[in-house]
Amino acid sequence: METAYLIETVIKIVVILLIFSALAGIGTYFERKVLAFMQRRLGPVNVGPFGLLQVAADGIKLFTKEDIVPTNVVARIFKIAPVITAATAFMAAAAIPFLPSFTLFGYEVHPIVADINIGILYILGIMGVGLYGPLLGGMASANKFSLLSAARGAAVFISYEVVTGLSILAPIMMVGSLSLIDFNEYQAGGFTTWIVWSQPVAFILFWMAAFAETGRTPFHLIANDHEIIDGFGTEYSGMRWGLFFIGEYANMFFISFVISILFLGGYGDGSFLGALGLLGKVAFFFFFFLWTRAAWPDVRPDQLMWLCWKVLMPIAMINIVITAIVMM
Amino acid sequence: MFEAIAFYLFAFLTISMFYIAVTTSQALYALSALAAGMIFISAFFFILGADFLGAVQIVVYSGAVMALYAFGMMFFDTTREIKEKQGNKAIVLGLSILSAILVGAIVAAPIVGNNIEALYPMVEGAGNTQEVGMVLFTKYLVPFEVAAVMLLVAMIAGIVLAGKKMDLSLTLMSEAEILMMKEEDKNKKALS
Repeated sequence: METAYLIETVIKIVVILLIFSALAGIGTYFERKVLAFMQRRLGPVNVGPFGLLQVAADGIKLFTKEDIVPTNVVARIFKIAPVITAATAFMAAAAIPFLPSFTLFGYEVHPIVADINIGILYILGIMGVGLYGPLLGGMASANKFSLLSAARGAAVFISYEVVTGLSILAPIMMVGSLSLIDFNEYQAGGFTTWIVWSQPVAFILFWMAAFAETGRTPFHLIANDHEIIDGFGTEYSGMRWGLFFIGEYANMFFISFVISILFLGGYGDGSFLGALGLLGKVAFFFFFFLWTRAAWPDVRPDQLMWLCWKVLMPIAMINIVITAIVMM
Repeated sequence: MFEAIAFYLFAFLTISMFYIAVTTSQALYALSALAAGMIFISAFFFILGADFLGAVQIVVYSGAVMALYAFGMMFFDTTREIKEKQGNKAIVLGLSILSAILVGAIVAAPIVGNNIEALYPMVEGAGNTQEVGMVLFTKYLVPFEVAAVMLLVAMIAGIVLAGKKMDLSLTLMSEAEILMMKEEDKNKKALS
């Protein structure tokens, strides 16, 4: 029994790793195409049909590029920082139910690596640890812009953890559990039972904080191209830089899964249609990340802090109090 | 068997991380090792089935060590090694031995006393999080509230300390107002 469980878990981990590192590569293709469409350009067209093989070309380039470790950097920390970003992104995926359980060759498969009963807390905690990658990379780089980026990373981490935690507290109070599967079952009744209808404020807050947690455009201050070159990534080259990228894109996919399961009903009753619905919602949230990048400028660091502490946090607190009063 | 393997693996990792944190003279190594050690400790909670405490360990300590990084960034160049002042070695040795004995005594006390009783046994059907909540809001209610009040006091003190002159914004003031403020400051210094 234990051995079978171990083998099953290892297979699941390998499958998730393969799928999502491939998806991270294809995600860059989507991002270029969507941005190009919105800015009236063509995007990648030359390599393969519709530029699809651009992903492979980028991969070959990243893998074969010289791995430069500059002088004066703290070499060990510099080398380990990208690994932290990529590894924590995939560690967070351990508690996400990607699909409803299905039967394969007469064997029931649960597409979740570890069904722990505190799934949400675990995912948010590990995703928070993921910000150590940019922080350490920036601090070890011996570069002013990287250091600035690291300082911003620490600021974003310390403030937006508060918003994610508080915004999600109200739905947790309603469901009475921290497990993502319980959340899904709570909303299994269909479209009208989705938590987004009863907790619209928490939904919006969590969505906004997700942009800060993944470091996407309106809050892309950690690696802001037009102020601090590439922030923590300035000194990196080749696959080390690529690992930061894989981590960022995997995080975008995983947070899309988390939002869909928490607020938009997840995979519903567990039918085939429900599973397709979950993938559709994830695709929408991923597309929304790209859409915002095309449509919005970056905010300033002081505006980011102002937004977090003077707007989002009070709203989240008020939301919790109102939810508690209504529930009593 | 897997539990034993996991326990010894994480025990080794935790101890080696904290060893690095104590012995290295490179600030970044020390901080990163501290963060890694704190996160590896959460593995023990997961092995023991206390999932909630494990996740809280990760959330709380990763944030706390992040604040330490911020201080490190403010006070020194973290890419250089730091020359530590070596004080009186006899005192350091004596204090280390004393604290080691103290820790040993604290850990061994319940084993020697042999009167551990589970006053609040596990409730059937309740999850990990609910168990923590039940103990926290029945047996440990008063310490919990006292801790909350202490945190509130610390928060108010922090706001008071950091909030001096917060209503003044140099960017919103006109040039003449700033000059006037400087004059006033000079006068005050001359008077005192």
